[in-house]
Amino acid sequence: MRLGSGAFAASCVAIEVLGVAIFLRGFFPASVRSSSRTGHQAEPPAPEPLAGANSNWTKLPLPLFSKAVIVLIDALRDDFVFGSKGARYMPFTTYLMGKGPSHSFVAEAKPPTVTMPRIKALMTGSLPGFVDVIRNLNSPALLEDNVIRQAKAAGKRMIFYGDETWLKLFPKHFVEYDGTTSFFVSDYTEVDNNVTRHLEKVLKRGDWDMLILHYLGLDHIGHVSGPDSPLIGHKLREMDSILMKIYTALLTKERETLSPNLLVLCGDHGMSETGSHGAASAEEVRTPLVLISSAFERKPGDIRYPTQVQQTDLAATLAIGLGLPIPKDSIGSLLFPVVERRPMREQLRFLHLNAVQLSRLLQENVPSYEKDPGFEQFMMAERLHGNWVRLHLEEDHSGALFNLGTKVARQYLGALRTLSLALSMHVAQYDVYSMAVGTIIVLEALTLLLLSTPQVLHRRAELEVPLSPAMFSLLFYLMFLILSAIHVVVCTSVESSCYLCSLPWLAAGGVMVLVSALLCVIASALARMVMDSTLPWKSAARPCSGWSEVGLLLLLGTVGHVLSLGASSFVEEEHQTWYFLVNTLCLALSQETCRSYFLKDDSELQHRFHTQPGTVGATCIQQDCVACEAPKAGQAGKGPCPSGALRGHTHWAVLAGPWLVLAFCRLLRSLNHTGVQGAHRPDFGHWLTSSSHKMELSCLAALSLLMIFILVQRECSLMSKVALALGLVGIFCYRAAIGNLLFPWQPANKGISKGILEARFVYVFVLGILFTGTKDLLKSQVIAADFKVTTVGLWELYSGLVLLAALLLRPHNLPVLAFSLLIQTIMTKFIWKPLKHNVAEITVMHYWFGQAFFYFQGNSNNIATIDISAGFVGLDTYMEIPATFLTVFGTYVGPVLWAAHLAHFLSAEASSDSAMDRACFCYVLICSVPVATYIILVTSLRYHLFIWSVFSPKLLYEGMHLLITATLCVLFTATNQASHTRAWMKMNAGK
Amino acid sequence: MKETDIKTLLYAHFLCIFSVILSVLIPSFFVENFSVLDTHLTWLCVCSLFVTAINLVLYLVSKPNASSKRSSLSHKVTRFLKCCIYFLVSCFIFHVIFVLYGAPLIELVLETFLFAVILSTFTTVPCLCLLGPNLKAWLRVFSKNGVTSIWENSLQITTISSFLGAWLGAFPIPLDWERPWQVWPISCTLGATFGYVAGLVISPLWIYWNRKQLTYKNN
Repeated sequence: MRLGSGAFAASCVAIEVLGVAIFLRGFFPASVRSSSRTGHQAEPPAPEPLAGANSNWTKLPLPLFSKAVIVLIDALRDDFVFGSKGARYMPFTTYLMGKGPSHSFVAEAKPPTVTMPRIKALMTGSLPGFVDVIRNLNSPALLEDNVIRQAKAAGKRMIFYGDETWLKLFPKHFVEYDGTTSFFVSDYTEVDNNVTRHLEKVLKRGDWDMLILHYLGLDHIGHVSGPDSPLIGHKLREMDSILMKIYTALLTKERETLSPNLLVLCGDHGMSETGSHGAASAEEVRTPLVLISSAFERKPGDIRYPTQVQQTDLAATLAIGLGLPIPKDSIGSLLFPVVERRPMREQLRFLHLNAVQLSRLLQENVPSYEKDPGFEQFMMAERLHGNWVRLHLEEDHSGALFNLGTKVARQYLGALRTLSLALSMHVAQYDVYSMAVGTIIVLEALTLLLLSTPQVLHRRAELEVPLSPAMFSLLFYLMFLILSAIHVVVCTSVESSCYLCSLPWLAAGGVMVLVSALLCVIASALARMVMDSTLPWKSAARPCSGWSEVGLLLLLGTVGHVLSLGASSFVEEEHQTWYFLVNTLCLALSQETCRSYFLKDDSELQHRFHTQPGTVGATCIQQDCVACEAPKAGQAGKGPCPSGALRGHTHWAVLAGPWLVLAFCRLLRSLNHTGVQGAHRPDFGHWLTSSSHKMELSCLAALSLLMIFILVQRECSLMSKVALALGLVGIFCYRAAIGNLLFPWQPANKGISKGILEARFVYVFVLGILFTGTKDLLKSQVIAADFKVTTVGLWELYSGLVLLAALLLRPHNLPVLAFSLLIQTIMTKFIWKPLKHNVAEITVMHYWFGQAFFYFQGNSNNIATIDISAGFVGLDTYMEIPATFLTVFGTYVGPVLWAAHLAHFLSAEASSDSAMDRACFCYVLICSVPVATYIILVTSLRYHLFIWSVFSPKLLYEGMHLLITATLCVLFTATNQASHTRAWMKMNAGK
Repeated sequence: MKETDIKTLLYAHFLCIFSVILSVLIPSFFVENFSVLDTHLTWLCVCSLFVTAINLVLYLVSKPNASSKRSSLSHKVTRFLKCCIYFLVSCFIFHVIFVLYGAPLIELVLETFLFAVILSTFTTVPCLCLLGPNLKAWLRVFSKNGVTSIWENSLQITTISSFLGAWLGAFPIPLDWERPWQVWPISCTLGATFGYVAGLVISPLWIYWNRKQLTYKNN
C-alpha cells in the first residue's frame, strides 16, 4: 500500500493516540465513589434488619467515647513502636501495649505513601486516586465525605495542631488551630515544639471533643539522616512523654465525666531504609496504629498481639466510636476489638452499619455486585441478624441466642473483610496489563515512524507501507494467536480489575490485531531496510555533508528536553527548558545571519537573499515581501527593490530579527510567571489584572487587538478583513461587557453582564472566516486551482483561529497572541525565507515556538493553571462538549496557532508538493518522541514520591497534546490531498 | 615547527589554568572567610583579574601576531583603548543576553554583570590579545574553516567550551536540590570556568592528535 508521508504520519499518530488512551486508562484506575456525594445532607442510617417485628432502634447508636485525641506522627514506622526501638525509646507506650488498656494494630498504607493522600485515606477511609485531583480542580479542600466533616456536622468541637496540610484539606472545620509548615526539612525540634506548646492548656480545658496533633519532626529526621540516626531515639522519647502526658490528662478527665475517652496513636506512612518515603516497600507501608482507652481494660494474662489491618479502617472505627455516620466512600472495615466489650445487640448494629455502607459502595461501583462473595456473605449475615433481633426482642436471653449472635458477628466480619478487599482491589492498583499494551502500541507506532525517517527526509514523500504482505504473513497470525492466548491467560488469572479484560472480546481482539499487524509491518520494513542497505540510501542519508549548527541544536535540544522529563523539577519548570531552548535557537539563528551577511561575498549574498527558496514555479504571494518577484532575482547585485535604502533597511532588519524575537520572548516571559518556583513571584500579568490598573489593561488589550488586525489582515480577502475587524471590536466589547476592560467612550458603570451577546457576535465571525477558508480549500481540491487558492484558504483558517484565540484568551494574555503573530511575521520574512532552512528545521522550530508560547500564556504542567473560564465564553449554561472544546483550544492556543502557521508558510513557500507531507511527518515525529519516552519514564517512576503531584498531570498534558497533534495532522493532510491530486493530474497531462 | 608551537601553546594554557587555580587559593590569605561560593563576587573579580593579567603577560611575551611594525606609542594607546572599549561592550552585550535568557532585570544586577565580566574574560580577552580589535578577523575565526593557526584554533575551542560551560551551567538552576551553588549566577560562572579550563586542556591535546589533518592556509 502506498501512502503519502503525511497520511502515513497521520495514521501513525492516530494509532499512538489509541495507545496512549489505553495506557492512561490503565494508569489512572477509576476510583471507588459513592454516587450520592453531591448532597451532603445526612441520610438516615440504615435501620436494624428485622424479620417481621418493628424495631425501636433506627437512630445512630450513641458514641462510645466522649473525647478523642489523635496523635499522628509523620513517618512513624511500625518497628519504631513495636520493634526494639519502641521498647528502648518508648517505654510508656510499650507498657500500654503490653499490659494497659489498648489495642494495637499494624496499619498498612497504600502507595503513594505521601502525607496528603495518607491523611485523606485516614479521614475518608477511601483511597485517593489521581482522578480525585482532577475532580477537585483548583480546590485543595477535601470534598469527599470524611470523619472531620461528619464530626463538624454533628456539632463536635475540634482542635488541630500540626502540619498545615490539614488546614488546607479541612478549612473552617477546626475551632482552634495552629499550622506548622513542613517546608524546612532541617528543622525537627521547633516544628514539634510548636505543636506541644499548646498541649498543656488544651488538656486542662474540657471544651473540645476531638484533638488532632500531627507531629512532623520524625519525618524530617528521616529525610535528613535516615531511620538509624540517634536523633530518632530522642524524638521517640519525646513522643512517648507526650503520649504519657495526654493519657494521664485523659484519665483525670474520665474521672470527672465517667465516660471513656479514646487516644489514637498512628503514623501516616513509614520510612524506607534511606529515610524517604513515597513508594511501596514494606518499611514505607507498615505503620503502627494503637488505640488506647479505659474501655479496653483487660484481664491479666490477656496478651494482645498487633494484628494487621488497613489504614483505611481507622475512618470507619473513628466514626463508630464517636457516634457519627461512616464516611460514604470509606472502604475500611470496623476494627472489631474496639466494640467487642459492648452488648451483643450494639455490636451487631455497628457491624451492620458498616456492612451496609460497604455493600452500597460496591453496588454503585461494581456492575456484577450480586455475584461478589462479600455481598453474598453480607446478605446471609443480614438475614441471620434479623432472626437474632427477633429472638432478642422476644426476650429470649438464652445461651443459644448468644451463640447465634457470635455467629452473626463472625459472618459480618467475614463479609466486611471480603467487601473491603474487593473494593480496594477495585481502586488502588495500576492496571499494568493495559499500561503494557498501550505502551507497546505507542512504541510500535514510534518505531515505524523512526524507521521511515531517512526515507521521508531524503528521498521521497511517498512511502511504501508493506501492509498487505504483512497482513497475510504467517508471523501475523502467529503473533495474533500468541497475543490472544496471553490475553486469555491474563484476564482469567489476574485478581484485580483490568480495563482491557472488561472490554468486549471483539474490541480486545481488535487491539490484538492492531498490535500484531504493527509488529509485522515493522518487521517487514526492517527486512526491507536491511536488503536496501546496499542501495545508496546510506550515503544519501546525509546529503548536506553533516549537520548545520541550527540543525544540530534542534536535534540536541529535542533530545535534551526528552531526557529532562525524567526529573520532577524539570517537569515542574518545563517552561524554563523551552524558554532556554528558544533563546538558544534565536542566538544560533543570529549567528547564522551574521555569518551569512558579513562573510559571504556581497553579490552572492544579494543573490541568496533575493532568490526564492522555491525552485518550482511557486510564485511568491507575499505582497510586501522584498523578494517579491522571483524571476528578477536573476539580476543579482541590483535587487528588484526600487531603492537601495530599502535594501539596506531589510539588511539590518534581517540582522536584528533574531534579537527582536529574543526581546519579545523576554517581555512575554515576565508577563506570566509559571511553574513552581516562580509562580508566587509578582509578574506583569498580575499587575495588569489587579482592579486598579484596568485602564492600562484596556489600552494594552486595544493595542494588541489592533496589532493582531494589522498582522493578520495583510493576506486576507476583503470579506475576511471586514469580518476580522468586526470580530476584534466584538472581542473588546465582550471583555468590556464582562467587566475586564473599560470602554473609553462609555465611562458609566453599567452592570456587568455575562457578555453572551457580544461573544456570540464574535463566534459568528469566527465561523464565517473559517467557513470561507474551508470553502477555498475545497475549491482548490475540487477544481484543482493553483497554489494560491490553497494558501489563501489556509491563511483564512489561520486568521479564524487567531480570532477565536483572541476571544478566549484573558485580556492580559492578548499581548501574547499579538507577539506570537509578530514573531511569526519576523521569522518568516527575515529568517526562514532568506536563510533557506529545510522543511524539517522549520517544522521543529515551529514546534519549539509553539511549546514556548504554551507556557508564555501562563500554562504549566500543573492542572491548576488551566483557564476554565475559556469554556464559558458565550455560553449561558455549562454545556460539556463546547466547554471542553473551548477550554482545550484556549489552553493549547500556542501549539495550534504555530502549527497552523506552519501549514500556511509551507503552502506559500514550499519548494515542492511534498513539503507539507514531510512537515506533517516531522511534526508527528517530534511530538510523539516525548510522549513515548514519557510513558516509559512514568511507568518506571510509578512509585515515585511526586508521581501524583508532578508526573501524572504532565502525562495528561502530553496525552492531550498528542490528541491535538493528531487532529491537526489529519486536518492538514486532508487539505494537502489537493496538491496530490494536482500532481497526479499534471502527471497524467504530461503523458 | 608545529611540535614546538604546540608545546608553547600547552605551556601558555597551563599558565592560564594556573591563574584560575591561584584565584581560588591566593585571596584566602588576604580576605577573611574567603570561599568561592560564599564570597562569590570577590572571587569573580579576582579570577577575572588574574586571567586577564596572565593573558596580557602572555601576549606581551609571545606577541603572536607580529604585525605591529608601526609601533608608535599613539597607535599602541589607541589600540589599547579600543581593546578596553571592546571588552566593555562585550560585557554589556553578555549582560543583555543573560537578561534575555531570563536573568532578573533589576535585582542581582551586580551579580549578572560580574558573570558577564568573567565570561568576557574567558572569551573576549583572549580574542583581543590574539586578534586585536578586529571584528572581521573574529568572524573569520569563528566560522567554518576560517582558522589560520593553531593559536586561533585553540582560541576557537576555549571560547566555545566556555560558552558551552556557561550554557550547561544554567541547567541545575531549576532543580530542587537547594544547594548553595544553584543560586544565580554561581552555577553559570562555575560552568563557564570549568568550560574554560576544559577548553584549555582539550585544545592542545586535540590539536596534537589532529596535527596531521590540520592544514592552515597561511594567507
